[in-house]
This record gives sequence, C-alpha cells and structure tokens, in this order.
Amino acid sequence: MAALTREETEALIQEVLEVYPEQARKDRAKHLAVNDQSVEKSNKCITSNRKSQPGVMTIRGCAYAGSKGVVWGPIKDMIHISHGPVGCGQYSRAGRRNYYVGTTGVNAFGTMNFTSDFQEKDIVFGGDKKLAKIMHEIEELFPLNKGISIQSECPIGLIGDDIEAVAKKANKEIGKPVVPVRCEGFRGVSQSLGHHIANDAIRDWVLENRDGDDSFPTTPYDVAVIGDYNIGGDAWASRTLLEEMGLRVVAQWSGDGTIAEMEKTPKVKLNLIHCYRSMNYIARHMEEKYKIPWIEYNFFGPTKIAESLRKIASHFDETIMAGAEKVILKYQAEYDAVIAKYKPRLQGKRVMLYVGGLRPRHVIGAYEDLGMEVVGTGYEFGHNDDYDRTIKEMGNATLIYDDVTGYEFEEFVKRVQPDLIGSGIKEKYIFQKMGIPFRQMHSWDYSGPYHGYDGFAIFARDMDMTLNNPCWKQVKVPWKKDESPSIAIAASA
Amino acid sequence: MPSVMLKKNTEGKLVFYVPKKDLEEVAESIEFDKPDKWGGEVLLSDGSKYYFEPMDEQPDFPITLRAKRLDSGE
Repeated sequence: MAALTREETEALIQEVLEVYPEQARKDRAKHLAVNDQSVEKSNKCITSNRKSQPGVMTIRGCAYAGSKGVVWGPIKDMIHISHGPVGCGQYSRAGRRNYYVGTTGVNAFGTMNFTSDFQEKDIVFGGDKKLAKIMHEIEELFPLNKGISIQSECPIGLIGDDIEAVAKKANKEIGKPVVPVRCEGFRGVSQSLGHHIANDAIRDWVLENRDGDDSFPTTPYDVAVIGDYNIGGDAWASRTLLEEMGLRVVAQWSGDGTIAEMEKTPKVKLNLIHCYRSMNYIARHMEEKYKIPWIEYNFFGPTKIAESLRKIASHFDETIMAGAEKVILKYQAEYDAVIAKYKPRLQGKRVMLYVGGLRPRHVIGAYEDLGMEVVGTGYEFGHNDDYDRTIKEMGNATLIYDDVTGYEFEEFVKRVQPDLIGSGIKEKYIFQKMGIPFRQMHSWDYSGPYHGYDGFAIFARDMDMTLNNPCWKQVKVPWKKDESPSIAIAASA
Repeated sequence: MPSVMLKKNTEGKLVFYVPKKDLEEVAESIEFDKPDKWGGEVLLSDGSKYYFEPMDEQPDFPITLRAKRLDSGE
C-alpha cells in the first residue's frame, strides 16, 4: 500500500475520532497529529503527559512501575522491597529482562521479589513496624546485600506511613543505605512521574554518599552510561564499544548496575544518556551540582552508532577521537554484511511503533539502515521534549500518536496496513491475530541485545525472522484470501 | 515563579529549562548580560518572556534560579 498523503492522514485521524463523545473527542484530538518536520516545537501540534481519558484502554503504567520496574529494580546488589500488598511486586517480577552478573539470592537480587505483603491489619494499624522488622530479616537472610530501597505501593501514601523515619532508623542500625521512595502508583498520569521520583530519591539518598571522598582513582576518560537498563544485555553491547574507543565506563545506570557505581558517578567527566525520558533529571542535577556535562546518544543501528560515537569522542582528546574512528572501522565489515544480507529482504517495509519513552524515536535509524520506513510512532508516557526530538526523526505526513488508546491503535493499523508493528505485550496478540507481524519492543520479544553493532545484527535477524515468517500466509482462511490482496504479507519469504 | 534551570549550550547561548513544563528553549536575548550585571528580561525563542532579578555578577552556569513570567507568549 502506498504511503498516505497529509490529507489522507488527517482524514484518518478525524475518522477515528468520530466514535468518541464530544468531550473525549476534543481531548483525544490534541494527542494525535500528522508529522510536519517544519514545526520546531511539538507543543504546537501535540499534547502529551496528560491524564488518560476514563473509559478508554490506555497502555500506560503507574509511578511504582516507573520507579521499581525501571529505575531502581535493575540495581542488582540492592534489595528492593515492594512495600504494600503482594501483587504489584509479584506480577511485575523479573518480566523486564534486565540481565545482570551475579548469584541470585546471594549477592544479586534482580529477579527476586521482596514484599511486605500487606494484610488488612497493616492497613488499619500502619505498616511501619512490619517494615522495620523486614529490614532486619533481610540483613539476616541476605547479608551480602549492599543496601535496601523501599518502593511504596498505593496504600502507603493513602494511610500515611512514615517510611522515611523507618529508613533513617534502619540505616543507622544496619549501616547500609536504606532509601525510601515515595512512588505510590496513584501519583502522576503515567510511569513517567515514577522515574522522576526515583531520580529524586537517588539524588537525595545516594548521590552525595561519597562527596569529599577522593579515594576513588579517576582518569580523564571516565564516563557513566545512564539510562541503559541492560535489556537482553543492551548495556553490555554498548559498554564494549565505549571501552574499545578508550573510555572507562565507571557506572551503568541502572542495568547490571550497583549502588557503589552510582555513588561514584559524581566523579566522572561525562554522563552519557541513552534513555532521556527516565534519567535526564539526574543528569541535569549532576550538571548543576558537580558540573558534569551530559549528552544524549543513540546506539540503535550503524548510522546512529557512528554519529553517537563521534559525538561522544568530540568531548575528549584526539586519542579518543581516533579510537572512535577505529571502532567504527573495525565493525564496518560486520555491519555491512548484516545490511547486505537483510536489506534486500526488508527493503521498503513499513513499520508502526508504539513504545515507552525513548524507542519510538531511537529505533527509527536502525529501521532506516535496513531500508525500512517508520510510518507511525508514539509514546506511552513521553513529554513535549520527547516529541520535540521526534519530529525531526520522522518523515513528513507520518502519524504521531500520544498515549494511544487500544481502539485508535487498531483503527490506525487497519488503515495504514504496516508490514510490522513494534509495541508491547498487551498489543502483541491482538495484532498477530489480525495477521500482522509483531515485535515486542519493550523486552525485545525475549531476544536482544539490540544496542551496539552486535545488537544490530540480532535486531536485523529478528525483524527478518518475524516479517518474512511463512506463518503469516496461513493466517487468512482460504475463502477470504481473495478479498483483500493488500494483506498478502511477506510474499517474498 | 517557576524554577528555571539555566545552562550554556555549545554555541554559548543560554538554554532555559523548566522541569515542570518540559519547556526547553534557547534564550534569544537577555536584558543585562555583562560581567558585572546579569538578569532582567529574558526573551525565549518561542516568544515568551521571563524576568530574573538582576545580579551583580554572572551566575555560575548551570544553575537553577527563580524566574517571574511576564507574558504567556503564543
């Protein structure tokens, strides 16, 4: 199917909006836009980070998900207590695939679920005593933990427990960092506020721990990788590239990260931000307090990687700049071979994305390297500054949707007929049943890493494997096949 | 009275960031931008105006300061 023109896309948005009642239609209209690269500021064309409409199916998470699931959870040598009823922690346990090195239950705790398992009496009489007791139990059972964070679930804020006081007391008693995080799920409109709260907790309770302590030997090439959650090993694939060009990666935030690394981050020379949405707050704080500059980078696809490596190197001396060129040259044969193999199979295919806070713009380059085109993109919980950065990456007259509802997404897909959709687990089976190839772009569909040159090879293979899978020919029942020849997907396989 | 995080970008221009509003703008002009006096009215590239209490010296960027909003801009 040919690409939609600007008028057709606008008409499509109007058509989709028609089913809503007037008030909802007015509100949702602000969240859907046709991309126009000439617009400088996204707030002229799209509204974001607003409360979802009641009654529509949103795909967002909560503040607890943003703090426990994203920012704090991957710190492997700390124990993160899901403070409140058991469900929030248990149903999100180990689902995000942030890989780490360590022995689970001994010196690493990433995939375990620790919870205070609130009962009725804890709601009525308060859970502070229980929390204090839990921390001593943790110390006894898991003595190699390097700290504890208390991730509040909704009831904690509702009943007004003073977890800060408990944390301070426990900190004195056990002599390890104990961090209370006020990330109750009802705060904010999406997980995005949870990221912010988690960043603020790091700022207030962790970052200053080693101020004035110069025992850590530094080099002029120290950097910290911030906002890489090591999904399927992403941070490792990124780290090797940075180390090969001559930099020293002091800290990984927070995939495969430790609390010691976080405490040492104020000593680095440059902060490298991958996920801008979830960790720009702490980078801005470090810039102000410790005068550490920060830059955004993008390690999806060879074009963006080369661009990013050069941008990072430009903050250092000639040896690093030469190192960057060396790294790009070293992998060139490898990624040229990947492109040569997969581009003919993927050329011209159209993709629609709907992910969280970074990938809707970051993966565009990787698809373009494979000759594919992103025809629609949107964020679950992006803010205006994310859309500012997206407008330039997307083609003209493509669809942009913020906090898209289940209904809108389905209707867009029916009309745009993309060859591939990249979104989350909740969307996956709907679109697969509609006969459209789908990749989960939150957890890389149990694959990965996708970052770096190594990741790009896996990314290309996965996209080909999904798109050109012969199963898509079997989805349509034989007597309906002739009616819609445009859905004859992946005929080239 | 929003808190504004100010920093200089690579071209030496002032970047204006209001965390609560995700507002990230380059300042077009500053009323006083001398070594011995800094502040006053700041015009952003989106047309909105903010006011900083003038100071006797250049602040040490990046820095967070309180600003007064003069008009809403377009």
